[in-house]
Amino acid sequence: MGNFGDAFLNAEVLTKYAPSILEGVYVTVLLSILIVLSGTALGLALAALRSLAPAAVRIVVVVFADIFRALPPLVLILIAYFGLPSVGVFLSSFLVLFLILTLVLAAFAEEIFWAGITSVPKGQWEAARSTGLRPAQTLVWIVLPQAVRLAIPPLTNRAIAVTKMTALGTVIGVSDILNQATTAQSFSGNASPLLLAAIAYVAIFLPLVILSRWLETRFAWKRV
Amino acid sequence: MEAFVDQFLNLEIMVAAWPTILQGLGVTLLLCAVVVPLGLAGGLLTALAALSRRRWLRWPIVALIDFFRAIPPLVLLIFVYAGLPFAGLRLDPFAAVALAFLLNNSAYYGEIFRAGIGSVAHGQMEAARSTGLSHAKAMVYVILPQAVRNVLPDLVSNTVEVVKLTSLASVVSLSEMLHAAQLARSVTYNTSPIVLAAVIYLAILWPVVRLVSRYERRLAS
Amino acid sequence: MQPILELAGVAKRFGAFEALKGVDLKVAERELVFLIGPSGSGKSTLLRCCNLLERPDDGAVMLEGRNIAAPGVDLDAARRRIGMVFQNFNLYPHLDALGNVTLALRKVLRLPRAEAEAKGMTALDRVGLAEKARNRPAELSGGQQQRVAIARAMALEPRVMLFDEPTSALDPELVGDVLAVMRELKAAGMTMVVVSHEMRFAREAADRVIFMDGGRIVEEGAPDTLFGAPKAERLQNFLARVAA
Repeated sequence: MGNFGDAFLNAEVLTKYAPSILEGVYVTVLLSILIVLSGTALGLALAALRSLAPAAVRIVVVVFADIFRALPPLVLILIAYFGLPSVGVFLSSFLVLFLILTLVLAAFAEEIFWAGITSVPKGQWEAARSTGLRPAQTLVWIVLPQAVRLAIPPLTNRAIAVTKMTALGTVIGVSDILNQATTAQSFSGNASPLLLAAIAYVAIFLPLVILSRWLETRFAWKRV
Repeated sequence: MEAFVDQFLNLEIMVAAWPTILQGLGVTLLLCAVVVPLGLAGGLLTALAALSRRRWLRWPIVALIDFFRAIPPLVLLIFVYAGLPFAGLRLDPFAAVALAFLLNNSAYYGEIFRAGIGSVAHGQMEAARSTGLSHAKAMVYVILPQAVRNVLPDLVSNTVEVVKLTSLASVVSLSEMLHAAQLARSVTYNTSPIVLAAVIYLAILWPVVRLVSRYERRLAS
Repeated sequence: MQPILELAGVAKRFGAFEALKGVDLKVAERELVFLIGPSGSGKSTLLRCCNLLERPDDGAVMLEGRNIAAPGVDLDAARRRIGMVFQNFNLYPHLDALGNVTLALRKVLRLPRAEAEAKGMTALDRVGLAEKARNRPAELSGGQQQRVAIARAMALEPRVMLFDEPTSALDPELVGDVLAVMRELKAAGMTMVVVSHEMRFAREAADRVIFMDGGRIVEEGAPDTLFGAPKAERLQNFLARVAA
């Protein structure tokens, strides 16, 4: 047990590397917030586009969403990180991670919002159109408010899953929590930074996981 | 445009990388064949424990589920692979991936099974018990078949996620498909091998993703 | 006198099924036209063609002399002059009663909030639900929901109102309130086209009853003549079945 404590809870190592892990926390949290905001907004815009635009545009949206849902994010990250510079696009690893995870979340969010939109009864569209509302107005004022409510629980789960993937940034050198921890671990030859990193992730994401549980009961799908 | 094709869609490089990537695909499939059944079994046990009437069993299980849902899979994997040796447990990459995935997937599959069991009407259990079936038998023959059918799309979706996650094994140098593609990339300084791997992932997973979307839409309407 | 609403040669197909086989119909100002017929006779489709929720494959839909089925017509502008009440109410569940009534006033007519709400309250008052203005649809009975839906259509001051089986989804004891509101509308001079199975209401309130079958108008006339001395055999059979 003494050995175990020394390997995982070494006070000296912990004090030494806590600040850099805290920097990692800042990077992880910042990235997560940016990804959730832009990914959700983009997903909502794409779902709206899919319900209003002509067939050709709809197909493009569906193909985009399918590809970004079917491919492992790490594959996408590596393609963008290693490939883009050769075609003259130079992005920092932070930006690459932000961009890819935003697109991944947008793809899932689009599907979730779309499922919400299609679950709104046809009669809602008809009632709104019969009072002279245009399709876009009907979508914004009648359909989306109902669709978004249905979308909140699955979207929360998906947002947590995608923001957790910020840890993949380690592979391309984003200085997130995991990266800071693995660096500290190899310098110190001690596992304490890894444990600290795990604790940091749990501290960030556990409240969100609990929130998602609460949302699921609160906004439970009422299957009639 | 030419630079783009040369960098991402270089056929010559893809052909050269093909045997390596195919080998990697074999490892990926083997990995899936191990971690998916493990996760399903772990998930089912987790769900049954989380629904148990015994509080001392239920609460720790729910806490564990949430813990493993909160921790990124890659962090868990690196902890198991690089951290546990400090506690005297040294696993080879394959075993480390299998263990990390068991912990992570049991939580996710467990939540799905739990929702499925919860979606079966209470009367079903009562009816089964009234015919003399034991609780366990009623669970196996009456509740679970309905539960699985109710959450089949979610189970399939999560399995897609698991297959995608196997790519993380490349980080601990397990020679699965992405690792093989990365190796080919580092030799050729060209992204085409990873694109080839992406195409293979797409060929396997796209049909499943489409199927689930269509199935869910049918349920919704 | 020019009819407010006129359908000329309206035809509609759903796949192989011919729902409407060239129907002509004129509705005069202040008239209450009542459509009856067996299910699948085309009466609901005909009603839905009046505001182009179903687009006719052929024929013209004239609203005050203008063909609104012609290409290039601003449908949304036309639709707000044709109110519609649905079988399943189709109230917006996320808005309260007043919100349901005022949405189109604000977003289509672009009235300022205060004016829209004043108009909305007047409409709710006319259907006897002013005190329910802040209740959501889920908190209202079926009959109250349908009256809110009528207020929603009425508030836009349409030239014609279409009723698609407005009482079919209601418990019997709630039907009366909805019919009372419709009666008042009629008394106030509203032009109405009603698809319904409420034969007693038809007898008492309709100016003209139209019997449809197989996508065509089979017989039409004043309620007394049509119910009292039906000529077509199909109508006789239908009335015998409804009475039974």
